[in-house]
Amino acid sequence: MTKIEKWTVLAILIIIALIPVYGSRFFVFLFTDILIFGLFALSLNLLLGYTGLVSFGHAAYFGIGAYTCALLIKKAGIDFMLSLLAAGLFGAVGALLIGFFCVRLTKIYFAMLTLAFSQIIWAIAFKWNALTGGDNGIMGIDFPPYLDSKVKFFYFVLVVFTTSLIILRTIVNSPFGRVLVAIRENPARTEFIGINVKRFQLLAFIISGFFASVSGGLFCMFNHSVFPSFCNWSMSAEVLIMALLGGIYNFFGPVIGAGLLLYLRMESTSFTAYWPLILGTILCLLLFFFPGGIAGFVQDRFQKWRAAK
Amino acid sequence: MMLCVENLQKSFDGFKAVAGVSFTIGKGEICSIIGPNGAGKSTVFNLITGHLPIDIGKVIFDGIDISHMPAHKICRMGLGRSFQRINIFPKLTVFENIQVAVLTHRGKSLNLFSPVHDLYTDETEAILENVGLQDFRNHPGGAIAYGFQKQLELGIALANDPKMLLLDEPTAGMSSRETRFTITLIEKIVKEKGLTLLFTEHDMSMVFSISERIFILHQGQLITSGLPDEVRVNPEVQKIYFGETRCS
Amino acid sequence: MSYDLPFITIQILTGLTNAMFIFLIASGLSVIFGVQGIINFAHGSFYMLGAYMTHQCVSLFIHSPHRFWAAVVLAPVVVALFGGLIERFLLRRLYGREELTQLLFTYALVLILGDVIRIFWGIEQFSVSRPPVLKGAVEIFGQFFPKYNIFILIMGPCVAFLFWFFMLRTRWGRMIRAAAQDRETLNALGVNVNRLFTVVFILGTWLAALGGALVAPATSIKPGMDIDVIITAFVVVVIGGLGSFWGTFLGSIIVGIVYSLGILVFPRLSIVFIYVIMILVLIIRPWGLLGRPLTLER
Repeated sequence: MTKIEKWTVLAILIIIALIPVYGSRFFVFLFTDILIFGLFALSLNLLLGYTGLVSFGHAAYFGIGAYTCALLIKKAGIDFMLSLLAAGLFGAVGALLIGFFCVRLTKIYFAMLTLAFSQIIWAIAFKWNALTGGDNGIMGIDFPPYLDSKVKFFYFVLVVFTTSLIILRTIVNSPFGRVLVAIRENPARTEFIGINVKRFQLLAFIISGFFASVSGGLFCMFNHSVFPSFCNWSMSAEVLIMALLGGIYNFFGPVIGAGLLLYLRMESTSFTAYWPLILGTILCLLLFFFPGGIAGFVQDRFQKWRAAK
Repeated sequence: MMLCVENLQKSFDGFKAVAGVSFTIGKGEICSIIGPNGAGKSTVFNLITGHLPIDIGKVIFDGIDISHMPAHKICRMGLGRSFQRINIFPKLTVFENIQVAVLTHRGKSLNLFSPVHDLYTDETEAILENVGLQDFRNHPGGAIAYGFQKQLELGIALANDPKMLLLDEPTAGMSSRETRFTITLIEKIVKEKGLTLLFTEHDMSMVFSISERIFILHQGQLITSGLPDEVRVNPEVQKIYFGETRCS
Repeated sequence: MSYDLPFITIQILTGLTNAMFIFLIASGLSVIFGVQGIINFAHGSFYMLGAYMTHQCVSLFIHSPHRFWAAVVLAPVVVALFGGLIERFLLRRLYGREELTQLLFTYALVLILGDVIRIFWGIEQFSVSRPPVLKGAVEIFGQFFPKYNIFILIMGPCVAFLFWFFMLRTRWGRMIRAAAQDRETLNALGVNVNRLFTVVFILGTWLAALGGALVAPATSIKPGMDIDVIITAFVVVVIGGLGSFWGTFLGSIIVGIVYSLGILVFPRLSIVFIYVIMILVLIIRPWGLLGRPLTLER
């Protein structure tokens, strides 16, 4: 990361940290949402942008994380922070089990299998009334006493987000991260520099699942409830679109995409019921005109400006 | 004995692509496999390096049976390979292309926490210089000229500190000047590091200039093998190549 | 409720009827994938559009006793041509890009078409009445089975046979099959592969819309029917083998029967069954029961 980028990111984080001071409750709410989904999108991008694996079922881990956290809090009376950590670990285990089967396939079959597994998770959440409350979900998940306001929760989310950001950034810039990119670029060649490609893909899957579940756990507290819809494919599709919108070949792209998408959704649902239409149109514009997403577009323009100087 | 191939066979959907190929290559030898298109040369390579599963037969590398080992393990045993079609990492820079192979070889691939930027720069630079690509270190692999990409392929194969190199048509698509440059480069590296070399080629200049032994493959079978001068005048070989390349 | 032979028979026949519906839709999906390598998420949307258009046609010809048949002929054609326009002017621009791009475009279509339908027809449910000749039921082993379902049970295999005949015996069919194997060679032979793709897409869409038209009298026409059907269609196509026509037929039957019998045995878990079968297939035999292993290369 260049010096400019480092300072920009720091500046943005500081501005975000100051939102509760200068901004309204609405902004606190919006940015809590953005940070949570930003983390979710970042976790997906470890698979998508860095390893080249397209997962259509990432909502499965979001759901596993949300339900694990909710159940531990409501049914076992466990503290939120511990439940959150457990949620992440459960998600990692889920990713290990699911990923083990998925990485044996490539491309479209990989994607279909991830979708099938997430549909099973959704079906379990939907049908296992005794455990998950079925269609009614689990409600009444209140803030723990040490985070008893929206603002305190916002700062907690910011801390979790920033920590996860740093960890993911470190991983992506490590030798392991470089190997993942090599796998994305050319899996056959990577095999023949001595890498067990499937094992590395599985590891990426597990790390990705961990952070997706953590974001799910955060969301269940933010939402004070959990529903089966957290696991369904339109959730998977939305996080995928967030990553693409921001730009999958840029580390921060998915966060930008999450922010923009959530903001647009908030704005448009206030005056129209046809958000899917708008989302579909955005997706089309992305696909036809901005394949690199926003980050890709900005980087492109920046390079052209530099070359012209 | 560096490489020993015994009765290698492979069929695709009933079509016998490799029909019982056997040969041995000694340590430090430079050998080549030639044969018309479809003779099965690339298939033999793929069988040796584990990219294709072997139906029948054995491959013994440096005394170890690698017949059913996965490709990545075979690579770690010291077998380096380049591919017929360009097989590099297009979006990584030339430097990064080689660096990722170096740090894998050094066992750092599961390191999740060190910044990769500064790792093994010296070794990587050394290999870059060895293959003559030091001026292109920051170019994306996909953006350099075809001939340089082939050199990059060689560099990646060398990053694993191999004992033996398998090169699949290393001068394919090159002009005669580039071909001569590549032949010189390969010969220099092989002699410096004492590597064993097995390559396939269509370009006879490379084959006859540096091979110590030549194997002729035709329709999946090893027709004959021998010293370049013997092969040159072998009537069977001339029959196979008649109309394709005259060995005179 | 006693699970005796007549009851089971009816359940199986119902399952087969559903299988025929899903077969019509899944076969379109399968042929588009087989030839173009695209999984068309919007396939369910075209099915839904077919159902809504049928309702519209029936309302239009409200005074004619043959209005249902007119709708069944007209609606799928209209929807198919609409699909052709989408392919020609939008989807075609994405050929040559990554597969993910094309996939996501079809997903964008799902979002857009879903709302377009909501805008035009609102969220109320519609129904289409069965044509006079197919009203009522017949008695089978003492239980009643709708005549309309028998019609579907016959239609399904008929369409299958027509389709198979088209693919095997006609010139267009042969070209489509050739394109599924090797489009580059076909291009080199002078065939306009792009135009072929449009034809295939129209054909696939027509099948989906026909499914929608035929299902209209048997179900309620409402928003969300696109999602329900596309997931089931995926499961069928994966189980049978992406790109394999008879695989789709087999997959439809398996899914139809498993679901209808599954409801009897494990009413709450019957959806899960289908997904479990899909997962088992993807793990053990990813190219499906009747697919070709080579197609895994896509």
